[in-house]
Amino acid sequence: MSASTSTILNLPDQTTATMPKRNYLNNEHGLLSWLFTGDHKRIAILYLISITFFFFVGGAFAGLIRLELLTPQPDLMASDTYNKMFSMHGIVMVFLFLVPSVPATLGNFLIPIMLGTRDLAFPKINLLSWYLYLAGGTFTLAALIFGGVDTGWTFTTPLSTHYLNTNVITAATAIFIAGFSSIFTGLNFIVTIHRMRAPGMTWFRMPLFVWAHYAASVLMVLGTPVLAITIVLVALERTIGIGVFDPTKGGDPLLFQHLFWFYSHPAVYIMILPGMGVISEVVSTFSRKRVFGYTAVAFSSVAIALFGFFVWAHHMFIMGVSNYSALVFSLLTMLVAVPSAIKIFNWAFTLQKGSITFETPMLYAFAFFGLFTIGGMTGVFLGALGMDIHLTETYFIVAHFHYVMVGGMLMAFMAGIHFWWPKMTGRMYPESFSKLSAVTSFIGFNLTFMPQFILGYLGMPRRYHAYPAEYQVLNVLSTAGATVLGVGFLLPLLYLTWSLKYGAIAGNNPWQATGLEWQIQSPPLTENFTEIPIVDHEAYDYEWLAHKTEQEVTTVG
Amino acid sequence: MAATITPIDSERDRKRRSEEYDHGSGRRPPNDTIDKRTGGGGDGDNFNNRPAGRRGPREKLGRYRLAIFFALAGDLIFFIALVSVFFVTQSTGHFDPYNQYINDWHPTTVPPILWLNTAALLLSSVSMEIARRRMFAESHAMEEWLGIGRPTSKRAMPWLVTTILFGAIFLLGQTIAWKQLTLQHVLFATSQSSHFFYLITYTHAIHLFLGLGFLAAALYGLYASRLLENRQILVDCAAWYWHSMGIFWLFLFVLLVFFQ
Repeated sequence: MSASTSTILNLPDQTTATMPKRNYLNNEHGLLSWLFTGDHKRIAILYLISITFFFFVGGAFAGLIRLELLTPQPDLMASDTYNKMFSMHGIVMVFLFLVPSVPATLGNFLIPIMLGTRDLAFPKINLLSWYLYLAGGTFTLAALIFGGVDTGWTFTTPLSTHYLNTNVITAATAIFIAGFSSIFTGLNFIVTIHRMRAPGMTWFRMPLFVWAHYAASVLMVLGTPVLAITIVLVALERTIGIGVFDPTKGGDPLLFQHLFWFYSHPAVYIMILPGMGVISEVVSTFSRKRVFGYTAVAFSSVAIALFGFFVWAHHMFIMGVSNYSALVFSLLTMLVAVPSAIKIFNWAFTLQKGSITFETPMLYAFAFFGLFTIGGMTGVFLGALGMDIHLTETYFIVAHFHYVMVGGMLMAFMAGIHFWWPKMTGRMYPESFSKLSAVTSFIGFNLTFMPQFILGYLGMPRRYHAYPAEYQVLNVLSTAGATVLGVGFLLPLLYLTWSLKYGAIAGNNPWQATGLEWQIQSPPLTENFTEIPIVDHEAYDYEWLAHKTEQEVTTVG
Repeated sequence: MAATITPIDSERDRKRRSEEYDHGSGRRPPNDTIDKRTGGGGDGDNFNNRPAGRRGPREKLGRYRLAIFFALAGDLIFFIALVSVFFVTQSTGHFDPYNQYINDWHPTTVPPILWLNTAALLLSSVSMEIARRRMFAESHAMEEWLGIGRPTSKRAMPWLVTTILFGAIFLLGQTIAWKQLTLQHVLFATSQSSHFFYLITYTHAIHLFLGLGFLAAALYGLYASRLLENRQILVDCAAWYWHSMGIFWLFLFVLLVFFQ
């Protein structure tokens, strides 16, 4: 392959290129036009800004945690402060960043366009869900300002109900409200996908991004209500002592675990599935091939959503569930690995004999493959009963879920943000900087969390702020890695902001991708399509694109 | 004629024309550049001016219905979780001061008035269904289309009001039941089963209260909303919500009466 074909990036001539005169960003002006908008693209931008804010809030806690763990002694903060740090880190990152990250930003922006429609089914409910998210965020910040929570993000009983006098109820309210935000987003997606597809957009012509969001939406709608009742019960337990989780009153603390994980295990699929959708789009575009085994990838999303409801007890193997049920849940947990592996293998076969190019989104996607695979495989270790007894509640767990959530989801989110940045803003980000940040965050990530696998295996428990001196070397490595990782995530914030004004004008289809979103102007019109498209080709049909491009009349100026 | 679930026209019209010039959408005129002249007399059924994303007369209704069905599925899971907690707590014991494992679940006697309440709720569901069907009666819709007043609203209104009355009677009956229990010194905090009696009835009452709000909105919509379709959607969605709450109550009631 010659050097000239090492990129598929195709920008218009910068001397003559201009931004489209009318688009969703400049269609209306003023703050109120944003706060009362029904436009899914503007709501996506609002979400993007708010989740970025909460990401850096959560990131600051992570930084403080790593700083404290730099030395074996508790010398930076008191032990209960440390408990608050990791609890707030978890609550903010899970409920205010990971759950809404890809669905509420990229999903909101892209699903209507990918389906060939003008907006989501219920634009006002979409806006409402952003306000609910903000309300949830405000309550979380309030809990933080009034002194924080130190239950851990899992609100484990009886710790959360009997022994702590921190702002559990405030934080619980925050999560209750944020839960409704995610239910409304899910409902909106489901109805849009069922009812608003453009003529000819059959279920099996939908991009895999939409399939993944469909599966995640079903999880959001059916899983979140269980979290709601759980939180209500915790609040009742704290306020009037109803004793559901209190063994002295005939309750069962294990019941809380069942309820909480019945939501929170599907919730990890709410977090990862949309990321998998992003990866499908990116891999196809930068391999110039249809996703291998499209149907299998589509159905594996649905299978993950389905199996996700039947594995929750693997969080509870050491908590006194019966051996028999532990065995069953262990087997079911192994079963979830199958659809995830189907996806990974199909992406690998998509790469095979593809014309791969290494733009930033693809670099992040490669990071996703490696890190998600490690995260997923260690999940199988933890699902095995014998290993789980040794590894649970150690840093192995911490490393495992950070490999899936940060290495998987966050890398996918970054891939998606870079991939669709030219579509969302009409401008290209600086490629060299973004490649640097992709590589930096990959190195930083592995340096942070790989030592934690070893730490966990050696027996360092999670959630402790002091540890034996023999673990210091690995902890210092991890903290050093976290610093690098922090730089890797700060860089995009800077250059993406910079590119809003100074980035190269991207044109409609810089990646020469096949999705419907790339066939319209960037940034899109408020109404997305001047005329609703009639879809007569499969998703990822590069021949169709080549044919279409041939017949296009190129106008200058 | 109204069916239990009124079929949506866009579903009936799946078969598409197979002419060569046809895009396959079945909705657009063969040549998009030529205006398809439809309607007349200013009644606003011009195909070319149809609202965005509309592909059939009941497109919007179908959307709202799908949303309310999925939302109710989520709500069902909420109640299923609550009932699971009920059963788990019922079957779990604890250690008393003499270190003996005991299970002191003493069932709360359900006040007999709940039977009347249940009957009221069932009746409200019946009147709701009548109101819903009135909204979809084609002859009425046709009269409305011809400009002869608003027969659908007029004929559905009394039934909607009946539903609200019965719903209010149910809620009133629930408060009476709570008062009766209070007189017998069965409070929320009395025993485990009373926790659940109150928790279940309160949660359901909150849902019904929201449902009353929904019905009131539908009633207001019958007068405020000009479009027949919007009124249909309001009544239809309120009806599905109301029926579901009725069915949920039946399950919860059976649970409280027979499975304590």
